[in-house]
Amino acid sequence: MAVVETKPSEEPKSNAKTTDQTNTITLRISRSNPSEGQESTFAEFQVPVQKWTTVLEAILYVKQNLDHSVAVRYSCRQASCGSCGMKINGRPALACYTKVSELNSNVITVEPMNNFPIIRDLAVDFKQLISNHKKMKPFIIREDSEVTPESKEFIQTPQDLEKFLQFSYCIKCGLCNSACPTMATDESFIGPQGLAQAYRYVADNRDKGKDERLKIVDDSHGIWRCHFAGSCSQVCPKGVDPAMAIQLLRGYMLGFRK
Amino acid sequence: MRESIIMKIHYGTALGAVALVAVHILMRMSQKFSDSLQYQNVIANYHFLPYALMLEVLLVLLSVHGFNGLRVILLELKQGSTYERMINYGSLAAMAALIAYGSRTILMAGMGVS
Repeated sequence: MAVVETKPSEEPKSNAKTTDQTNTITLRISRSNPSEGQESTFAEFQVPVQKWTTVLEAILYVKQNLDHSVAVRYSCRQASCGSCGMKINGRPALACYTKVSELNSNVITVEPMNNFPIIRDLAVDFKQLISNHKKMKPFIIREDSEVTPESKEFIQTPQDLEKFLQFSYCIKCGLCNSACPTMATDESFIGPQGLAQAYRYVADNRDKGKDERLKIVDDSHGIWRCHFAGSCSQVCPKGVDPAMAIQLLRGYMLGFRK
Repeated sequence: MRESIIMKIHYGTALGAVALVAVHILMRMSQKFSDSLQYQNVIANYHFLPYALMLEVLLVLLSVHGFNGLRVILLELKQGSTYERMINYGSLAAMAALIAYGSRTILMAGMGVS
C-alpha cells in the first residue's frame, strides 16, 4: 500500500491562515419597547466575526459583551425550532441560518419581522400565527384513528406522501407571514403558513377532514385573499412552497382537484 | 354567500367580460374607428337588439366584477365587522345602481328617447 507523505510545512497552514481571519462588522440592532411607548431606534455595535459566524452568534456576542439588554428569541441554533426569525438587511431570515459572510456587507441591520406585533427589540408576538395554525386543525382527522389492539397502520404509497411531504417541513418560524404583502394590510388574513398547513392535511390521503378545513379557509379573509406574490416561498428556510400550496388548495375549492 | 362562490362569479364575470369586450372592439373595426364613434352609428348600435343585449350583459358582467374587486380591495385595507358589512352591502348597492343607470341608458337609446 502506498503511503502518501505530506511535508509538515505544506499541511494545514493555508487552512489555518483563513480560519484565523477575523473581521469586524457593524451590527445595527433595532431597539424598541412598544409596551413602554418607546419608538424604534437603531443601536450600533462593532462585532468581531469569522467566516462561519452566523447573525445569531453576532447578536449573542453583543448580549454577552456589549449590551445584555438586547431582546432576541432563539433556541436550537440549527434552523429547527423556528425561533430566531428576523429581518436581516431588509429580508426575513433565520438568524441562526444566515452567515454574516454570505451577506457581503460590513454593515448588518437586524430588525423584528414585519406583520407581527413587537414585544421588544427583535422578539415578536407569535400568538396570531399559532392561533391560525391551530385553526387549520393540524392533525389527521378520521374516526378510526384511535389505536386499538386490532388497528393497523394507515398505508401510504411514496406518491401519496410526495403530495404533502414538503409542507410538513414547516417549522412555524413565521418568515412567510412576515414576507406576505397581504398580511401587511389585512391583519385578519390566515396567512401563508396557516394555508400551507391546511393543504398539508387536505392532501394527506389518511385524512378525512377535507371538507371541514376547506370551510375554514373559505372565508372573506381566507384563501381568496392571496395574490400570489410568491414572497412567502422565497423566504422559507426549509424549502417549503406555501404559494404553491395555496394554489393547489384553490384547486380543491374550484373543483379541479378531488 | 360563501367566499368561494363569490370568487367563482368573480372569475366567471372576468372571462365573460374579456370575450364580450373583444366582440365590442371587433365591432368598432367593421368600419373606420372615427366613423364608429359618430352619433348616428352609436345610436344605431342601441337600435340593433342583439348588440344592445350584448351591451346589457357586458354592463352586468363589468359591474359585478368591478365592484366585487373594489370590495376585496377595501376588505384588505381595513377590518372590522361593521366596516365589512358596510363594504359588502355598499358594493351590492353600487353594483345595482350602476346596472340600473346603465340599463336605463341602453333602454332609452334603444327606444329613441333622449
